[in-house]
This record gives sequence, structure tokens and C-alpha cells, in this order.
Amino acid sequence: MCKTWKSPGGIFSVITLFLVSGAVFADYALNLPEPVSPLTGQIYDLHMLTTRIAFYIMVAVIGIVVYAMFKFRKSKGYEADQNMHRNMFGVWGWILVPVIVLGIDMSIAGSASSTLAQVEDYSDADVTVKVTGSQWKWTYEYMDDGVKVVSNLKKLEPTDELYLRDVDNPLVLPVGKRVRFLHTATDVLHAWWVPEIVYKKDSIPGYINETWTRITKEGTYRGQCAENCGTGHAYMPIVVEAVSEEKYNDWIHGQKLAMAKASAEASSDKVWSRDELVARGEKVYTTNCVACHQASGEGIPNVFPALKGGKIATGPVADHLNIVINGKSGTAMAAWKAQLNDLEIAAVITYERNAWGNNTGEVVQPADVKAAK
Amino acid sequence: MSTAEMAHEADHHGPPKGWKRWVFSTNHKDIGTMYLIFALVMLFLGGAMAMVIRAELYMPGLQIVDPDTYNNLVTNHALIMVFGLVMPAAAGMANWMIPMMIGAPDMALPRLNNLSFWLLPAAGTMLVLSMLIGFIPGTGQQVNTGWTLYPPLSIQAGMGMDMLIFTIHLLGISSILASINIVTTILNMRAPGMTLMKMPLFVWAWLFTGLLLIVIMPVLAGGVTMLLFDRHFGTAFFDAAGGGDPVLFQHLFWFFGHPEVYVLLLPSIGVLGLIIPTFSRKPLFGYKPLVWFMGILFALGLVVWAHHQYTVGMSLGAVTYFMIGTILISIPVGLMIFNFIFTMWRGSLTFETPMLFAIAIILMFSFAGVTGVMLAVVPADLQYHDTYFVVAHFHYALVPGAVFGLYAGVFYWLPKWTGHMYDEKLGKIFFWWTTIAFNITFFPQHFSGLAGMPRRIVDYSIQFTEFNVVSSLGAFAFGLSHLLFLYIIIKTIRGGKEATNKPWEGAQVGTPGLEWDLSSPPPFHSFTTPPAIK
Amino acid sequence: MTTAQEQNYYIPEPSKWPVVAVLGLFTLVFGIVMWVNDMGAGPYIMAAGGVILAYLLFGWFGDVIDENQTGKYNEKVEHSFRQGMFWFITSEAFFFITFFGCLFYLRTIAVPWLGGEGHLGKSNMLWDGFQATWPLLQLPDDSAYVPAKEAMGPGGIPAINTLLLLSSGVTLTWAHWGLKKSNQKQLVWGLFATIALGLSFFVLQVYEYGHAYTEMDLTLKSGVYGSIFYMLTGFHGFHVTIGVVMLTVITVRSIKGQFTPRKHFAFEAVAWYWHFVDVVWLALFFLVYWL
Ligand code: HEA
Ligand code: HEA
Ligand code: HEC
Ligand code: CUA
Ligand SMILES: [Cu+2]
Repeated sequence: MCKTWKSPGGIFSVITLFLVSGAVFADYALNLPEPVSPLTGQIYDLHMLTTRIAFYIMVAVIGIVVYAMFKFRKSKGYEADQNMHRNMFGVWGWILVPVIVLGIDMSIAGSASSTLAQVEDYSDADVTVKVTGSQWKWTYEYMDDGVKVVSNLKKLEPTDELYLRDVDNPLVLPVGKRVRFLHTATDVLHAWWVPEIVYKKDSIPGYINETWTRITKEGTYRGQCAENCGTGHAYMPIVVEAVSEEKYNDWIHGQKLAMAKASAEASSDKVWSRDELVARGEKVYTTNCVACHQASGEGIPNVFPALKGGKIATGPVADHLNIVINGKSGTAMAAWKAQLNDLEIAAVITYERNAWGNNTGEVVQPADVKAAK
Repeated sequence: MSTAEMAHEADHHGPPKGWKRWVFSTNHKDIGTMYLIFALVMLFLGGAMAMVIRAELYMPGLQIVDPDTYNNLVTNHALIMVFGLVMPAAAGMANWMIPMMIGAPDMALPRLNNLSFWLLPAAGTMLVLSMLIGFIPGTGQQVNTGWTLYPPLSIQAGMGMDMLIFTIHLLGISSILASINIVTTILNMRAPGMTLMKMPLFVWAWLFTGLLLIVIMPVLAGGVTMLLFDRHFGTAFFDAAGGGDPVLFQHLFWFFGHPEVYVLLLPSIGVLGLIIPTFSRKPLFGYKPLVWFMGILFALGLVVWAHHQYTVGMSLGAVTYFMIGTILISIPVGLMIFNFIFTMWRGSLTFETPMLFAIAIILMFSFAGVTGVMLAVVPADLQYHDTYFVVAHFHYALVPGAVFGLYAGVFYWLPKWTGHMYDEKLGKIFFWWTTIAFNITFFPQHFSGLAGMPRRIVDYSIQFTEFNVVSSLGAFAFGLSHLLFLYIIIKTIRGGKEATNKPWEGAQVGTPGLEWDLSSPPPFHSFTTPPAIK
Repeated sequence: MTTAQEQNYYIPEPSKWPVVAVLGLFTLVFGIVMWVNDMGAGPYIMAAGGVILAYLLFGWFGDVIDENQTGKYNEKVEHSFRQGMFWFITSEAFFFITFFGCLFYLRTIAVPWLGGEGHLGKSNMLWDGFQATWPLLQLPDDSAYVPAKEAMGPGGIPAINTLLLLSSGVTLTWAHWGLKKSNQKQLVWGLFATIALGLSFFVLQVYEYGHAYTEMDLTLKSGVYGSIFYMLTGFHGFHVTIGVVMLTVITVRSIKGQFTPRKHFAFEAVAWYWHFVDVVWLALFFLVYWL
């Protein structure tokens, strides 16, 4: 046997090896994760169907080609059959092959379209959550309860098991209820995706997309932003806590109380001290601004301006108010007036003007923010 | 024509001397050579970028580049490979082979031909500048969008984005002019007796490719022009606040982008349509049907673009249409595969390097195709989209489907181009090395994708580590194999066994094979008088 | 091979023009990049690119005309030119189709969604009080863009312009008839009339732009209506300009008597181009101004 004889087989052995090793290493996630909602379950089945079809087609193609390679070799003295196109198969193949392929195609499309109808079934939901993607965090608004949660990456070391998978505030959802998600974004495209419970739809600034789920099992489910959104795209994890209905109700209740307290504080006429504002401001800063301007306030050169010693952060207060309230269009700097209340804006500005050696000593009160709006 | 006559010819009408021969060229072979060399340079440049990408992804955590630079590299990697490697290499082969195959003296519009080529180095320069400019302070953010340039992210980027927009304009002009030239050559320059249905399959493939480019390049040019206006002149095409829609850009991009993948594929299919009959010593099984399938592919390819955007929120009717349209593409492509396999069937096969590549392509491209059909299924794509499953699909389509097809063409035609046989043993080593390394690189990506690893991320969580380690190691081996490729080419150019006019025994089965009637290497002007067609 | 033999296909000698073209284009776009990024040298570099391109066009077309005049082109070469021009116009057509497609998408899909109708109508949640109309005189968010006060109707200047362009098509055809029956006078006068009509179109269009900008607040910045309006009419106007330049060239050549009733590819190419520009305008008139 000459060398070329043996070699063509090699490639298939490699591929089969991979397939087999795939089965062996089943511990590593190799496939779509086990679904925990009816819809992702259907998608999973559909995926397995197409995977199987793909596998069989490959077996057939590889089988025929390998057979041909071994059978019709010149080195074995095989003479080319110049009239093959006239034999039975040469004539009928033109009908046979497309009919088979069409048949496979249609059965795939057929089973896909019933799932698709489910995907697009936006009938009434028990809980509606508006999911807003921003560079680089998620904001969840429970539309019926007025509760709002901002979810940021939790910084961990690359050796940690949850590196890039954990957040400060997860999305809490009840098990067994139909949850409707409204997807939008404030700046660029994002995509909210938790494979176990819900497939992805893009978050598009200015438009609202919709998905839904019904989680069947309590647990913690993780996902991440699936549409390139720039510098922090790898750093937008998603965590969903699926809990029982009672726990969920308790949680919502607690959130409502906290929110009520916060908004009462914000709208009170209280004049705040600098230290109070700086302390609060630091919190606001770490949830909303660090992603870009960094904890050190130094930003990222050429991408996000440094606030430490920055022109605006140490310049006139009016400009500072303006950029935080209105943002700057065409850049990643968003308008914060809709996302933060007056107290938060006042606090974060005060913080920025007094942190990292920006010792302006100035204090911005919620009333100033109100006036600037 | 005897060799003596040839030599005589060359005395009088040989190439001009020195740099002018290349810079001012109006000769299809010289321009073809420049295209091929340009493509080779771009292979190494785009490949080097891929190596940085794979090195960064070798382990979780940030090691080599920061996030913006990473996505800038991804953007440039893709554009260089698509516009710098595959399209120019295919155009180089078209330039070299089409006039010889159809019995023409040269391309129809030789000066335009040179313009099409020289636009490429200019565009390439601008492309690389678009990446480097971001490192100069004050020029704004790097181009971190990926090759799809989706707004609003592409609105945020800095000056590099404007350079990229004009790079695309230059590339667009280049491809349109090249396509006009090739289409005109094919339709107008055939020797008497060379009817359309006698043309080698490669020529047909390029006819459709050229027509596709004429239709789709202007759309991309229009799209990026709108992007430029949104960035600098206050228009609102892609901004909801002014009534626009970011998704509009995606429609424009993919109206270009999907047919573009067939632009990348078809020339390779054309090459396979020559190689497989040659080494099976049997005419192509179903030549006419194959031409039809390419025509169907052309038509169907133009109307299924939105399968790249299933997640943007199209209506049920729209996604169903795009799904069915896309799945149906398996019919013409499946039939092409069928044709190739049944050309081999009952043939008399030998396994020189081009044939090895051809067989590997049949298998690996089919695999890419079936994963493509998986992706076409809307609900499933809502899970696969923007994960490494897609990356795996398209590298299986692009590397075997387009790049290996061109490698096969290089080995097939090197003897004709240089007059020397390449080293068969090294060719086989290269084939095995590169094919195995390729599979090690991209096969695991199917799994990391299914497990949930998104694309265009600089850093990933540790659950994906194993697959990425394997993939990166494979990629390094794959990259190194290309040094051997380069060595083989240089060695063949510099010498080696003399090639006869027709180095492949089966080269003329079923086709007139005019190119094989010429000497190896062919005279400076191919056919001064139209050849007779058998 | 390179001698002027009727039966041989003419392969030009090595030529510097292609690389000059590349140099010109590169300089031009480099200048534009600098200009849009507010770098001082931008406009000068742009201008330099423009000059190189002008030099190029003179040189390259000059060569082609010379070769043509000295009889180097046989029938087949003419065929190549003709087909080349045909495919070029095809690609231009797709360029315009792109913008018409965008008009369609914005008008019948995106804006209605934002206004609360159709598949993504829930988006209206984000744009309280926005109602979809076309022409778009109310914007989802008018802090970033200033809506136009009124829409551009089909009456008045656009209607006149339609007439001008249509008649220019007629005069050009008349000139062509002149050429075919060797009537030099009819040819030249027909061309003059065509150029005059084209120029009047151009002047009126500029006047209309001025009016739109100063009195109607219809600008590039008035949301997608303004954006697509200027994109379509602007690129059309640009093509009219190129068309007029090309018409001028063939007029000069006609005066010099360089065309014969049987061989006048340049004339035909320009005529096709002009008719194409005409057709685009008709589509524009109906889809942008009228409907
Ligand atoms: C050469 C390039 C090339 C080719 C030929 C193809 C071919 C195909 N591609 Fe691929 N594709 C890309 C390059 C290519 N693709 C790229 C670059 C991207 C990503 C771009 C980006 O986002 O950056 C992409 C992405 C992509 C997507 C979007 C995924 C996503 O982003 O979510 C989809 C979805 O439908 C898809 C589908 C297909 C299909 C159905 C084919 C079909 O043409 C395949 C047809 C072939 C076969 C089916 C095999 C042979 C047939 C048989 C053996 C018969 C039997 C088969 C059946 C019955 C199934 N491709
Ligand atoms: C024809 C097109 C083409 C080709 C040939 C390739 C070839 C390769 N591609 Fe690429 N790729 C794309 C088109 C292509 N790619 C596209 C369109 C995208 C999407 C971009 C986007 O998301 O916007 C992409 C994205 C992409 C990604 C995803 C990035 C991400 O989403 O974050 C990755 C990651 O592994 C990758 C890897 C590779 C590798 C390892 C190769 C290898 O095949 C390269 C092999 C070649 C060489 C290596 C060169 C030669 C050798 C040397 C330079 C010698 C030195 C060698 C060593 C030092 C080892 N590519
Ligand atoms: C998604 C990224 C991002 C986030 C989050 C972000 N910013 Fe910014 N910010 C920017 C960018 C980009 C600029 C520069 C805008 C420009 O080009 O002028 C900027 C500019 C600023 C400036 C002006 C700095 C200067 O000297 O020019 C201030 C002050 C500021 N941001 C404050 C904030 C505050 C307060 C928050 C949080 C509540 C915040 N930013 C959150 C991206 C961000
Ligand atoms: Cu948000 Cu990626
Ligand atoms: Cu596609």
C-alpha cells in the first residue's frame, strides 16, 4: 500500500476521534445546556434533530467518498468509466438527489415552524420585565411593580470559578410563571441571553423586542451579553435567580420598600453634607460609572476620559452637571437624567469633584440638579 | 505553436523591463501574478492577526491586548482575509486563467484591469492605517465593531472608522471594476467556437461571481456612505431618535454580506470543477446542470440575507420566509457536491496534492453546509447566534470552501504558471499538516459555541478554557503550516522539474483545455491569434 | 500585436494612468477623512486629490481618444467598451436602488414601528406621543434633530425639473439622430440644448436646496425624511453634474467631428448614462416628491 493510500483515511479518523472524544468528555459542556423552560426545551429538541440529520448526512457523504477513494483508484488499475452519466443513476440522480434533499429540508422547516410559532406567541404574561442594556450593565425594571435593579459585573480573579459570570444584583424571577421580557438598549446593540431559560433577541436602542419564558426549576442561571457592544462586551454577565413564588413576592416587597425610601430621600428638601454626598456618590459611581471611567477615575486613554484631574470634573459645575444629565450624543457617555434621580446625580458629581485628588471641595445639592434640568 | 516560435515571439513582444513592467502593466498574467502575491502577503498579515487573537484566547484573563485592540484585530482580520486574501487570490486566478481558457489575447479592458489591482494596495494601506490610527492620542476610539460595522457602535468609534469606510469604498471600486472586466471578457472575448457551454467550469463560476459583485458591492458602498453621513453630517438613518433604525444598516450589510459568501465560494467551486475531473480522468459529471445550480445559487443567494439577523425582531412571516429560503440553498449546493462525488465515482483516481485538497473540501465544506442549515433554523439560531458555533461554521465554510479551494488551484496551476513542478512530497505534507491542524483549530469551537461562548469577546469564563486551549494550539500549528506553503511556492518558482505543457494526465478530459495547449510558462501574450477549438 | 490591425484586438501599451488614478483616489479619500475629522490640512489634501483625478481623466481619456482616432480599435474593442459601460451602469443602478430601498424601509417599516404600528409597535413606549407620518415632520426625539416645518411637494421646481430632464432626454436623442445621418449641425445643437437643460436643472436644484434649508428647515439634520431626501437627490445631482461634464466632452469632440455615424461609442456611452440619470430622476420624482 502506498502512502497516499493510507492517508486519506486519516482525516476521517481525526474527525471521528473528535466526535468520540466529545462523548467521552461529556462533563465539559459540549452541547446546549439542559433547558429549564418549555420553549428552550423545544428549541433543544429541534437542535438535536438538526444535529442528528447533519450527522447522518456527513456519515453518508464521508461514506460514499471514502468508498470511491478506495474502490476507484488508478493504482489498483481501475479504468475510468466514460459513460457513467448514461447509467441508471447518472440519469435519475438528478431527480433523486434534489427530492431527498428537499424532503429533509421540508421536514426540518416543518418542525421548526411549530416552535417558531411558540417563540412569537406574545400572549399575556404574569410578570413583565423590561431589560435595558447599557454599556456595560443591565437594568431590570419590573413593569407592574415599579421595581428597578441595576446589575453590574462582579470583579473576580481569572482563576475564580465564577470569573466573568457573577453580578452584584441578579434578576430575581418566580418559577412557574409566564415572564415576558421587553428588550431595549440605551446606547448600542446588546443581546440578553440566558441559554437555559431564554433564547436571545437583540436590545436595540429606540426599539423594543420581546421574548418570554416560563422557568420550570428553581436555581441560578447564567448568561452573558451576546452582541458586540464595544470595550466591555466580555464583561456583561447575566445572572437569573429563579425562586419560588413566595420568595419572589417577598423580594419584590422588600425592593419596593427600599425604593420608596430612596425616592422619598431624593425628593426631600434636605440639604446634604459633603461627606454624606461623597459616600452616596461613591456607591452610585461604582454601580454606574466604573465600567468606563474606572475605579481610579483615570478612564481608559483615548476611549474614556479621565475624571481624575479632568477638565470638566475640576472645571465649572455647570458643565459637569450638563454632561452627566444630558450625556454627549455620538459617544458612549449616556444621558443619566432618566436613569438616576436628582440625589444620585448630585451625589455622584460631588463625589467626582472630591475624589482622586480632585479636591475642589464643592458640593452639589439635589436642588442644583433640579435647576440644571 | 512550437517553443522556437515562442522564443521568437518573446524577443519582440516580451515584457517591458524593470518596475514599469509591474506598475504600468496591461498584461493579464503580470496583473494576475501581482494579485496572487498581494493575496499571499495578506494571508500572512490576516493570519498573524488571527494568531494574536488565538494567543489572547489561549487562557482566560487579559494577556496580550486590551479589549478594544482585540476587537480591532478581529475586524481587520476578517476584512483582510475576505477582501485581501480570498477575493484577490480568486481574481488573480481569473486574470491568469480566463483569457487562456477562452482563447483570448488578454482581458477585455487591460488598463482598467491594472487599476482594479492597484486599488488594492491602496485600500490595504488604508485598512491597516484604520487599525493603527487608534493608537495615536486624540483620534478617538478604535474600530471595535467587528467586520459587520454595526451602528450605533460604529458611530462611537473614532477616526479609524472613517478610514475603514473609505477602505470599503476603494475595495468596492476595485471589485466592481474587476468584475466588469471579467464579465466583459467572458462574454466578449471568447475565441470563435468557444461557446458558453464549452467554457471550463471555472469561467462560469467567475461569470456568476462577477455578476454578483456588480450587484452587491454598490449596496455595501451605499450603506457605509450612510454610516459616514450619520457620523459626521447629522443624518439619522440609523438613529431611532430621528426616525431611523440601526437594523437598516444590517439589512444593507447582509444584502451584500450573504451573496458575498458565495462570491468567496464560487471561484473555488470552479477550481474543483476542473481538478476533480482531471484526477478522476473522467469528464465532469453533469456539467450543464452544474452551471444551472450556480445560477440558482446566484438567484437564491440574493434573497436570503436576513438569516444573519434572526435576532433583530422581524415578523413571523419574514423570519419564516428567510428560513425556508436559506434551507433551500442546500439543494443547489447539495447537487454540486453530488456532481463532484459522482465525477469521482467509477473514475480512475490518483491523489496528487490538488486532488487531496479537493476531496478534503468536499467533506469539510459539506460539514460547514450542514451546520449552516442548522443555523438557518430560526428558533435554534436564536441560541446559536453570535456564539462560537457560528465562528466554527463560517471558518469551515471559508477555509475549506474558499481558501483551500484556492490552495488547490495554486498547486494545480503552479506548473503552468512557473514552468516547474512543485515538490509533490512537500505538497502532501503540507496538505496533511494544514488539514489536520485546521480541524483541531475549529472543530472544538462548535462545542464552545454550544456551551455558550459568545464571539468577539476578549476574555471568557473558565468553563470554556479547555476548548480554547485546544483551538489555540491547533491554530498555531495551522499558522506554521503556512510557512511550508510559502517555502513550496518559492521553491517552485526558483526551479524544479520542468513542467510539460500539460503536466496532468487527465487535464483535458471533457473540456477543450486551451490553457494546456500553451507552453509552461505561457508566452507573454497568450493567444495572438485565436486558437482552434476542438 | 500592438499594431493597428483591424483583425487584432488592441492591447494597450503599459500605461501610467491606472496608478495615477489610484494615487488620486487615495489622496482624495485621505483628505476627506481628515476633513470630516476637522483636521486643518484635510481640504487641501482633498483638493490635491481632485487635481490629480482631473489630470488623470484628461490623460486617460485623451489616450483613449487618440487610440480611437488612429484606428486602433476594431469592432470587438468597441463591444468591450459597450459591455463595460452597460455593467457599470448596472452597478450604478444598484447604488440608487439601495437608497430607494432605504426610503421604503424607513417609510413603511421603521417609522410606523416607532409610531406604534406593526410588529415592533411596542417601541412606541419609548417615544411618548410620537405619531408616525410621512413625510416625517414630527420626530421621536426632537432634541437631537430639528424636524422640517413642511414637506417638499412635487409642484413648482420639482415639476419643472422633471420637464427639463425629460426634454433633455429628447434633445439628446435628437442629437443622436443627427449624428446617425451625419447632420453635424443637428448633433451639436442637440448637445448644446441638452447641456443647457441639464445646467438649468442643476441651478434650480441648488436654488431648491437653498429654499429648503433656509425656509423649510428641511436639512440633513431633520430626521430620516431630510436624510433620505438629500441622500437621494444629492447623489442624483452629483450624477447630473458628471453627466454634464461628459456631455461637454462629447460636444467638443462632436465639434471636432470625431464621431462617425457608425463609430461613436463615447457618444452612446454618455447618452446611456444621461438616460439612466433621467430614469433615476423619474423614480425620485414619484417616490420622494409625489407619494
Ligand atoms: C464561504 C462562505 C460561506 C458559505 C458557502 C456559507 C454557506 C451557508 N451558510 Fe454561512 N456564514 C458565513 C460563510 C459562509 N456560509 C459567514 C462568514 C458567516 C458569519 C458572518 C458573520 O456574522 O460575521 C455565516 C453565517 C451564517 C448564518 C448566520 C448565523 C448567525 O449569525 O446566527 C447562517 C444562518 O442561516 C448561515 C447559513 C448558511 C447556509 C444555509 C449555507 C449554505 O449555502 C450551505 C449549503 C451547503 C450544504 C447544505 C452542504 C452540502 C449539501 C448536502 C451534502 C446535501 C444534503 C444537505 C442537507 C439536506 C442539509 N451562515
Ligand atoms: C477567508 C476568511 C478567513 C480566514 C482564512 C480566517 C482564518 C482564521 N481565523 Fe478568522 N475570521 C473571519 C474570516 C477568516 N478567518 C471572519 C469573517 C471573522 C469574523 C470577524 C468578526 O467577528 O467580525 C473571523 C473571526 C475569527 C475569530 C473569532 C474572533 C472573535 O469572534 O472574537 C477567530 C478566533 O479564533 C478566528 C481565527 C482564525 C484563525 C486561527 C485562522 C487561520 O486560518 C489563519 C491561518 C493563517 C496564518 C496563521 C497565516 C500564516 C502564518 C504565519 C503568519 C506565520 C506565523 C505563524 C505563527 C507564529 C504560528 N477568526
Ligand atoms: C459607557 C461608558 C460610560 C459610562 C458608563 C459613563 N461615562 Fe462618562 N464619559 C464617557 C465618555 C466616552 C466620555 C467622553 C465624552 C466626550 O467625548 O466628550 C465621558 C465623559 C464624562 C465626563 C466629562 C469628562 C471630561 O473631562 O471630558 C464626565 C464628568 C462624566 N463622563 C461623568 C460620568 C458619570 C458621573 C457617570 C456615571 C453616572 C459616567 N460618566 C458614566 C463614557 C461613560
Ligand atoms: Cu452588551 Cu455586549
Ligand atoms: Cu449568509
